[in-house]
This record gives sequence, structure tokens and C-alpha cells, in this order.
Amino acid sequence: MELKNKATVSALGVAFAALLVPGLLAGGEALALPEGIETVKVAPTSKDHPLDEILSGWHFRSPETQALQEDDFENPAFLWVEQGEELWSTVEGAANKSCSSCHDDASETMATAGANMPKWNEALGKPVNLEQQINHCRTERMEADAWKWESTQLLAMTAYVRNQSRGEPVAVQTDGPMKPWFEKGKDIYYTRVGQLDMACSSCHEGYYGQQIRADRLSQGQTNGFPTYRFKWQKIGSLHRRFKGCMKNIRATPYKVGSDEFLALELYTAWRGQGLPVEAPAVRQ
Amino acid sequence: MQSRHTTGLKLFASLGALAVSIGFAAGAVAAPIAPQDVKIVDHKIDASLTGAAGNVEAGKKWFKGRKAGNCLACHENSDMASEAFHGEIGPSLDGVAGRYSEGQLRAILVNSKAVFGGETIMPSFYRANFGHRIAKSFKDKTILSAEQVEDVVAYLKTLGE
Repeated sequence: MELKNKATVSALGVAFAALLVPGLLAGGEALALPEGIETVKVAPTSKDHPLDEILSGWHFRSPETQALQEDDFENPAFLWVEQGEELWSTVEGAANKSCSSCHDDASETMATAGANMPKWNEALGKPVNLEQQINHCRTERMEADAWKWESTQLLAMTAYVRNQSRGEPVAVQTDGPMKPWFEKGKDIYYTRVGQLDMACSSCHEGYYGQQIRADRLSQGQTNGFPTYRFKWQKIGSLHRRFKGCMKNIRATPYKVGSDEFLALELYTAWRGQGLPVEAPAVRQ
Repeated sequence: MQSRHTTGLKLFASLGALAVSIGFAAGAVAAPIAPQDVKIVDHKIDASLTGAAGNVEAGKKWFKGRKAGNCLACHENSDMASEAFHGEIGPSLDGVAGRYSEGQLRAILVNSKAVFGGETIMPSFYRANFGHRIAKSFKDKTILSAEQVEDVVAYLKTLGE
């Protein structure tokens, strides 16, 4: 019964999406926005950008899903943010340090960091994303064990840190040493894979806004990650989402934390350049 | 809810198996043509992949089945108005039998790219091992079997003007 009702509501949502989804009002202003966010739609800044307008995934969700992100008290992802806040000042490892030992008040020191990842790391000679930077700090500075990918702790810390940068426009470096990583990410984005023979671009560039059975295709923007998904019933990383997409098209996914997903993370972040960080978002 | 869903799937799977075995019993003398041997000429495949005509009712099931053709994921179809959630990616299939011949429909299903060109998002339902990074469990496999393709062709032929 409950499912039936939900289906009816969603079907209505589909029919009246143009009226109900604020972002889709023709030329109009958004009626409501996610907490801490001033816009969910920006214009591309570079001429060679493949999209005419950059739209947050929030645009494409139902009013019910959007409502959960209008208020941090309603947003289920804040369970992880709170846990991350606790971990920030928890001393661990042989060096007897916590994150706050070096970085003090995260609201100040992490105010933009979450908008600029992945970022070039000179010592490692490669870019690192937020998860990798957190673990790099743990092993090198704290002399503690790295957290496992998708562990509660790593998700919590990623959500907490990125939430400090909420509202900050996404701005990743794509030139200099980042250039080959950017090109590699672009190549992965446009390469068809899997038995269904589709690339990221097949759906997220060509058909965003369209219904694919019960789901509405988004532009695949990354500004909301880590994101709480109903499908997962918890918060999850961007790489987990990449993996899910690849499995859906019956491809062998790359590994979470792999260079391939790192390159794809960089490229997809660039596709959302200028969009405010929304993390942690709520999605379907 | 979950268990009802699973039961539905099981029922669906056994109906599917039944439909396939009926298909075999009724028409099949020779084995179906292998995916790599199928020839598309002038954007069509005139001969049945199995040598027999498909089953309309089974075709309906493959059409909407999420683990089968899942055609409804991308195409609207008024004939299935009772099903929730029709996709908007491809064109509506209302009246598709009036727009394409049987041979053309078969060719589009088998290898959409040979008919619409390489840019189409539509998967090819009777091709194997042509892409990159195909998941292990789908290696050497086509999305639909030859029998299932024929069933879907038979169903599509009922979607007239």
C-alpha cells in the first residue's frame, strides 16, 4: 500500500515536474534551495564546456527528496557529519595527534578545501581527493592506520570536512600537472563500456532531465558528495556511485580509490565548476 | 514488500523459462543463428533468428522485464499504460509497426548501431563481446536470447497505427 502511494506520488511528480521542481520553472527563480546554498544552477565559465547550463543533481529530484535537504535537521546525512565532528578532535596514532592538532577550527581551515579537490600533491606526484588526503594525514602526520574506503569513519570525516566548504563554488585545477589526469578522466567519461555499451556521456550529457523508467537522469554533478542516497539507506562516496553506474551498464567497474576514478572525479568536478558545494546532499 | 517482489520475480522467471521452452517445442528444429553470424543487409534482417515466429505474450514480458529487455526504461508504450514509469529516452513505440517492417525491427533490436549509427544510446540486444570492460557475468552473452528477440519482434508487430 505504502509503495503504491509512493508510486502515485512519483508519477504525479513526473507529470508536474515542470511546475513543482523549482529549478525547472521556465526562467523563474527557485522557490526553495538546499540549506547553505544560494544557487543550484550556474553558467559554464569556459568556452569549451560541453553544457549550456550547469545544474546540481538537486534539480532533478522530487520535491519530497529536495525537502530533506532544505533543513540540516531533516537531512539524514548529518548523522555522519556529527560523527566526523567528533573524530576531528579525536587523538589517534603514534604521533598523539588529532586533525585539530594541525588544522584547528575546521570551519575556518576547511572553508574552501572541499571545493578544490582533487588537488595536486607534490610529494606524491599525483592528485589526491578528499578521502585520500584524509588518509594521507592519518598515516603521515598522525602515524595512525588509514581508514578503509567506504568505512563509517572515512565517510563521516569526508562529509564533515566537505560540509565546511558548503556554498563554496567548485574550483579544481585542470592545467599544469593536472592536465594528463584531466584528459584521462575525459577519456573515461566518453568511452562506452559494458554489455549495454554506454558512456557517462550517453546518459548524463545527452539525456539529462529525461525519465529513465522510475529515475530522472541528472547531469551527474558531484558537488553533493558524499551523498545520502535512499537506495543505499546511508551516505556514500562518489567512487561508490561511479561503481554503481558501471555495474548498471554491466561493465567491470574500476576500484574505489583507483587512478581511473580519481581522474574521472577530477573531470566530473570540472564539469560542475562554479556550482556550490552541497555536501552532504540527499538523493534518490 | 521485498518478499512479494521476490516471489514476483521468481514467477516471472519461471514463466520466462516456460515461454522459452514452448518456443523451442513449437518451432525450433535447428539451433538459433549465433550472434556473430547474423547479417544485417539494407538495415534489415528478414529471416527469424530461430527459424520460427515469436510469441507475442512472451514478448510483452521481455519488453517490460527489468532483467530482460527493459524496453520500457527508455520508451513510452501506451499499450502498457497500466505499468508505472515509462522512459523518455527513446521515441514512443506507439505505432512502431507502422514505421518499421518486421525485418527492420529485428535489425534494430539485434544491433541498433548498424541501423541508427554509432552515436545511438540504444543497446544492441543480440551481440556479444563487442564492447569494453564487459562484466564477467555477461561475457559471451547477449542481452536477449534469439528466442526472446523473436518474441519482442512479434510483440512490436502488434503495435500498429
